[in-house]
Amino acid sequence: MIEISGLNKRFGKLTVLEGLDLIIDSGGIFAVLGPNGSGKTTLIKSILGMVIPDKGDIKISGESVLKKWKYRNEINYLPQIANFPANLSVKELIKMVKNLRPKQANDKALIERFGLESFLDKKLGNLSGGTKQKVNIVLTFMFESELIILDEPTTGLDPISLIHLKEIIREEREKGKTILITTHIMSFVEEIADEIVFLLDGEIYFKGSSIELKERTGQSDLEHAIAHLISKDL
Amino acid sequence: MIKILKYSFFDLMRSRWSYVYFAFYMALGFVLLFLNNDVNKAVITLMNIIIVLTPLIGTIFGVMYYYNSKEFTELLLAQPIKRSTIFTGQYLGISISLTLSLILGLGIPFLLYGLFMSSAIFEFTLLLVVGTLLNFIFVALAFNIALSNENKIKGFGYAILMWLFLAVIYDGIFLISLVVFNEYPLDNFALFTTMFNPIDLSRILILLKLDISALLGYTGAVFKKFFGTDLGFFLSLGVMFLWVLLPVWRMRTKLKKKDF
Repeated sequence: MIEISGLNKRFGKLTVLEGLDLIIDSGGIFAVLGPNGSGKTTLIKSILGMVIPDKGDIKISGESVLKKWKYRNEINYLPQIANFPANLSVKELIKMVKNLRPKQANDKALIERFGLESFLDKKLGNLSGGTKQKVNIVLTFMFESELIILDEPTTGLDPISLIHLKEIIREEREKGKTILITTHIMSFVEEIADEIVFLLDGEIYFKGSSIELKERTGQSDLEHAIAHLISKDL
Repeated sequence: MIKILKYSFFDLMRSRWSYVYFAFYMALGFVLLFLNNDVNKAVITLMNIIIVLTPLIGTIFGVMYYYNSKEFTELLLAQPIKRSTIFTGQYLGISISLTLSLILGLGIPFLLYGLFMSSAIFEFTLLLVVGTLLNFIFVALAFNIALSNENKIKGFGYAILMWLFLAVIYDGIFLISLVVFNEYPLDNFALFTTMFNPIDLSRILILLKLDISALLGYTGAVFKKFFGTDLGFFLSLGVMFLWVLLPVWRMRTKLKKKDF
């Protein structure tokens, strides 16, 4: 369970998060939505300890994680832009990340699933954007962790890989994992998310299922419901 | 930290630029020895080049590596590793790989020429030590600048400016101030200001040992006059180490508050 209380973050004059309170229960897929610049990535990075909040606390399983680093062993994170050292090969990168975490990894199955075998000896600098994203996904899912955070996971993926990705996410949910996803693709959210967390102006504007959201806004599809949420406030 | 260091190091060792750098030093070494026909003289010429070039290359490599590996660093930051470990590892990886290019690039031609038979072995070693320290200093300074500037262009600009200032402008200001205020006793002032520039400091360090202190820059002459060579030597070496430690310390403090 993640408990976030009174989270504040400013970047210079720009206030990104303002007294954000959020509780995310264990198990299930949570889609973190919001317009550009609403603080989605800042929220996620605060949980990961990459952004240091000005005020507030973040607790994972009852323990505050601010200024700590060992708790990250229980988090898998897929960053938004995948850019790796150009001179390493795919194999070496996977080996390196495995080396850095004191954990069992099942990279082989994932490599097979995404058809990356023939790329293993290629340098990362020579890979296409989509292939890099696949490597990124392998790196994220090869460890068993309670919390999985995906920042725009669909970027650059071809339809087959997208299907694989959805399968993997569903499998992880079956195992009782907590999965946080940010994305702008509403069909993806509608398909897999159990709950929607909608961020606006640095606060939680809505939290609930997609059906509830549609009911509340009186719209028939999610895309319009979200657009309605944003425009109503403006 | 060793793991991060290892990967940064191998990543750089495989980059073309490390070899270009290595090949440049090797060519320089051979050409100097061929032209001078004398190890002693070659060492003096080399000093002039190393003192300006290693800081420049260290600065550029440091800034470039930081900005180029930004996304990868983010990936590392999400792993269960301490922040300071990641950056100290990367810092050491760059510094060590640059140092290796320097030592091997210059060492090979000098060894082939018969360094061990010459009397310049101590001076040559000192040159390499100073070059190594300059690498560590300027990569650390470059990391500091890069950490404080999100904007790549700005960071690059500041880094080059810093190099230009320390390598060229500082000496100019120093000399002008000596000329302008030459009616006052300036010895202590000269000594003091020298401490604040690692490039000047390295020059003095070598000049004191080469016994040709009047040859290059006024700073060297002043320093020689003030210190018996031993005291001067250890003092400047100590200050050089401080020049490594302070930026590294500042880097680690800065990291604690930085958002990625």
